[in-house]
Amino acid sequence: MTRRRWQLVTPYLLLLPSTIFILIFFAYPMVESFALAFRADDGGWTLKHFEAMVTDVAFVPAVRTTLLLVVIIIPVQFVLALIMALLIQAKLKFSSIFLYIYSIPLGISELAAGIVWFALFTERGYLNSVLINLGLLNTPFIFLGYQNTGWLIAAVVLAEAWRATSIVMIILVAGLQSIPGEYLEAADVFGASLWDKVWRVILPLLKPSLQVALILRTILAFQVFAVVLAVTGRGLTLLAAEAYLWYNTYRNPNVAAALATLIMLLSIASTMIYLWGLRTPEEQSL
Amino acid sequence: MKSAALKRYLGRALTYVLAIVVALWVITPIYLLGVAAFSEQSAIYTFPKQFISSPFSTDTIAFFLRSTGVSKAITNSVIVALLTLFFTMLIGTPAGYAIARFLFRGRDAFRLLIVSTRAFPIVILSIPLAVSFIEWDLYDSVYSLALMHTALALPFTILTTSSVFASVPRDLEEAATTLGCNQFEAFLRVALPLALPGLAAAMLFTFVLSWNEVFAAVILTVRNRTLPALVLTVLDVSPTPYKFAGGFVMLAPSLVFMFFIRKYLFNLWGRVTK
Repeated sequence: MTRRRWQLVTPYLLLLPSTIFILIFFAYPMVESFALAFRADDGGWTLKHFEAMVTDVAFVPAVRTTLLLVVIIIPVQFVLALIMALLIQAKLKFSSIFLYIYSIPLGISELAAGIVWFALFTERGYLNSVLINLGLLNTPFIFLGYQNTGWLIAAVVLAEAWRATSIVMIILVAGLQSIPGEYLEAADVFGASLWDKVWRVILPLLKPSLQVALILRTILAFQVFAVVLAVTGRGLTLLAAEAYLWYNTYRNPNVAAALATLIMLLSIASTMIYLWGLRTPEEQSL
Repeated sequence: MKSAALKRYLGRALTYVLAIVVALWVITPIYLLGVAAFSEQSAIYTFPKQFISSPFSTDTIAFFLRSTGVSKAITNSVIVALLTLFFTMLIGTPAGYAIARFLFRGRDAFRLLIVSTRAFPIVILSIPLAVSFIEWDLYDSVYSLALMHTALALPFTILTTSSVFASVPRDLEEAATTLGCNQFEAFLRVALPLALPGLAAAMLFTFVLSWNEVFAAVILTVRNRTLPALVLTVLDVSPTPYKFAGGFVMLAPSLVFMFFIRKYLFNLWGRVTK
């Protein structure tokens, strides 16, 4: 082959291995998953696995808790991540140390984060120790009791806000770095307060980064399960935890696949909502 | 004039206070779990708890490491993570390089394919693959789990390696080709050494990704559990010292790795979003 022909073919050769890999490990399981969810034992199509999923007593609580956690956790994470990102960009001394500390949770698993917060919230844990040392309590308060749904959710929200805010911070800092300094200088010249700068300059310009971070975080939030198992035991249930139970404990991959399909539909729906809801102005005027 | 300076000084001081408060919010829970993990087992059962490990002891960590299956699970986790690292680099780096350096028909379509793989939850990939792996006799092996983790990490690797290569000036490679290197040599001798720190950061991140992954690990293995899969399955029957030490062992790599890759994170993740 001539040199020029090589130039044309090379990129495709370089992409070939990953394309094949992605087809095998994404396209195939997708198709297979639908087959598991919709196929009956006799080979025909059926909705009975979805019926089994919906009629399970844990299903409605699982959907409710999953959605509730997404709705609470995402805003908390974004406010916290924005504060962290602005602090990183504030040109502080030791900012490299702050960056290191703020990004540690990025490398911590759901399960480990769950154990960390279990250690804080458990009956004989650190939070109760502090409260008793301060004289605010006489006997330990049972935060993670099965009846205490409010506290169970609060503990999971804190654990997730603690663990998964770092990734949003990184995406937002990368977005902040691409905002031209003149814009903020101009805002300073006109005497804008910090609040105005954040609302009127930074956030509108961060829209693309916010969109990406929202999509990523929401998709990941639908899959959360280990943190909930670690913090609450069986106190709360979620869609992904149900999929795990159906597969591992009830030995029913079909219903597990039905749950997986539901999680995927929720992920796709939320992605569409963000893409539509956070259109750029040019797109909106169309 | 004086009051403006004072105001600015106060604002600065408040910013530092806020930065420290946020840092404490991140670090305190880890510190407390560390205190528990490095105390004697009896200290873990005392209440109210101590806030420093006194006496400092590796008793609890040693108990965890000696528990049934733990050393094997750690070995499995390391093997899976290293295999994942190897596969993703082998398959992903060429694709990342192609996206960074070549303009070709289908480039945007490929990028879209990569980005859209993120929308697929691990849940939907793991369950059918577990069923297929059982049929193919690949189930419950570190190799098949490493393939699964490769699939999860590959899109990330492709996007990050492409942003790493994009940050290596193209001129240098072109200079090498005019000086007699062919394109492959130019890549090997010029682009690769310059990209190495960024690639190393991407590799460390991939390692952590695999080390931390629990859903696929617990679905795809039975006897060959990785560390998170093992800890998760025994969570509700294990004593508190086991949980605390296990949690600390699982998060320890992050404390080390994030230190080395913190400066590369924006380059890795920032460009992923574009």
